[in-house]
Amino acid sequence: MNGLVDVYVQQFKTTLALQVQYRAALVIWVIGHVLEPLIYLVIWSVVSTSTGGSVGGFTTGGFAAYFILLMLVNHVTYTWIMYEYEYRVRHGALSFALLRPVHPIHSDIADNVSSKLITMPGMLLTAVGLALLFKPTFHLVPWAVVATLPALMLAFLLRFLVEWTLALAAFWTTRVSAINQMYFVAVLFLSGQVAPLSLLPHTIQVAATILPFYWTIGFPVELLLGRLTPTQAWTGLVAQAVWLTLSLVLVRIVWRAGVRVYSAVGA
Amino acid sequence: MPSSLSTLGESTVTLPAIHVRDLRKTYVVSEREAGAVAALRSLVYRHTQTIPAVDGISFDLAPGEIVGFLGPNGAGKTTTLKMVSGLLHPTAGQLTVLGHVPWKRERAFLRQITLVMGQRNQLVWDIPALDSFELNRAIYRIPAADFRRTLDELTELLEIGPLLRKPVRNLSLGERMKCEIAAALLHRPQVVLLDEPTIGLDVTMQRRLRAFIAEYNRRYGATVLLTSHYMADVEALCRRVIVIHRGRLLFDGDLSALVQRFTSHKTIVVQLRDCLNDLHSYGEVVSCEDGSVTLRVPKGDTARVTERLLADLRVIDLTVEDPPIEEVIERVFEQEPV
Repeated sequence: MNGLVDVYVQQFKTTLALQVQYRAALVIWVIGHVLEPLIYLVIWSVVSTSTGGSVGGFTTGGFAAYFILLMLVNHVTYTWIMYEYEYRVRHGALSFALLRPVHPIHSDIADNVSSKLITMPGMLLTAVGLALLFKPTFHLVPWAVVATLPALMLAFLLRFLVEWTLALAAFWTTRVSAINQMYFVAVLFLSGQVAPLSLLPHTIQVAATILPFYWTIGFPVELLLGRLTPTQAWTGLVAQAVWLTLSLVLVRIVWRAGVRVYSAVGA
Repeated sequence: MPSSLSTLGESTVTLPAIHVRDLRKTYVVSEREAGAVAALRSLVYRHTQTIPAVDGISFDLAPGEIVGFLGPNGAGKTTTLKMVSGLLHPTAGQLTVLGHVPWKRERAFLRQITLVMGQRNQLVWDIPALDSFELNRAIYRIPAADFRRTLDELTELLEIGPLLRKPVRNLSLGERMKCEIAAALLHRPQVVLLDEPTIGLDVTMQRRLRAFIAEYNRRYGATVLLTSHYMADVEALCRRVIVIHRGRLLFDGDLSALVQRFTSHKTIVVQLRDCLNDLHSYGEVVSCEDGSVTLRVPKGDTARVTERLLADLRVIDLTVEDPPIEEVIERVFEQEPV
């Protein structure tokens, strides 16, 4: 266990050293993460204002709070692994990872967490700036704030495992971008990114509660906003735990099968 | 290295560090004719072909041995090295390394081996090599004192002290390769697999790396399996060579016997005004195109034949070369199939 902690610490230092090398890229990356929720925030603010200050239970200030928190939660749970895996498989970079006596997922998790810690101050500053600009209204409930911490951690792990598993498609196909595209569309609509789930058609809401996407982004946001009842919060945490368990099983199966393909066709 | 020794009754038997028996690896590749119709047809039906990359080879490497693994491009060398390292799953045959089955990639196995591929990098490009070394220290769980000592030794042997704090992308190819090798050896592997470690390096750097590999082998008793297209690498390091061609074992034995064959002939390329037919008297005519004649002559006759060519003919240009390794191995294959 201590050995694994050391790997995480060293990977953190490596990622920090890398990030410092590319400060401009870092700023561009943060801007990209701010822009998308900002666009939805502006659209829904306009819609809310033009319909008398409220849409589907969300006031203009409520939308601002939702999308500012969504930006932060999305930042915490976001991964870029699906873009990287195809390169790793095609160019043999995975070979070195396979020859190391540590599962490659650990350095990816460590790399992801390190990047987030480095970029988080920038995101928090941006959130403060947006709050001054859009005047969000928060109704924070103490128990919900506390429950958000495990929800956020589960959301991060669940999204990481789901996307790491999908990234492994690179073992079988060179057209990973098509799969990525489909996945991102699903995430956009079913996670609460494009709009709070309660504003979407009933069928989409039902699909979202069955599928894992909502539990990785929308759920922690609504929990922190105090929009959920204790029962809904518990249901959400259980749904996250169930999906996380399923993902753990799935990632092991897909990883083993993928490595078998990799070691059969050549690395 | 507990897996390499076993006691059998009164006597101690040394087990091979690498044990290979009837090792096979076949690839299934899809193929189709050129053109749109064939492309459409391949949507429904794909014609596949099974290609034997390694076709039943056997050899053993004793602990501490350095062996050159030779063969032309596509002979199956890299495929074999990847099977030995555990990256590829053999189709058939037996393979154990330090008592482990490589493809299972057990941690105890991975901590004792290393694979260096001359055309691929494991160092993180944008940061100093020292940072990557620290990451390897954590990954291989190298105790701090051992890490410091090994790093000092490798730094001294490879003369990389001034390079360690520069971003890897700012290093020359040779400097980078030395750092790659240091990174691969920090955990002091007992089995070192080197796939073209000197490719693209200048002669001085090649010589330094060779000296280093020999020293590492001497100091740590590591078993080294090395592929290279540079005969100089093999001559400097390996008493024994294994030659494979089209996935089959062609030669396994003393280098001196093979070197004799390697250097028994020279190639003379003469640029003439016309392609003359009577050059057969000077040596074996390998090719004759656009006034450029390639002759193959016994090594001992090279000076005499060159002299005669220059005296007898209107020569525009003349070069004397060692035959390419692929050609020599092909000749060995034609003449002495095992």
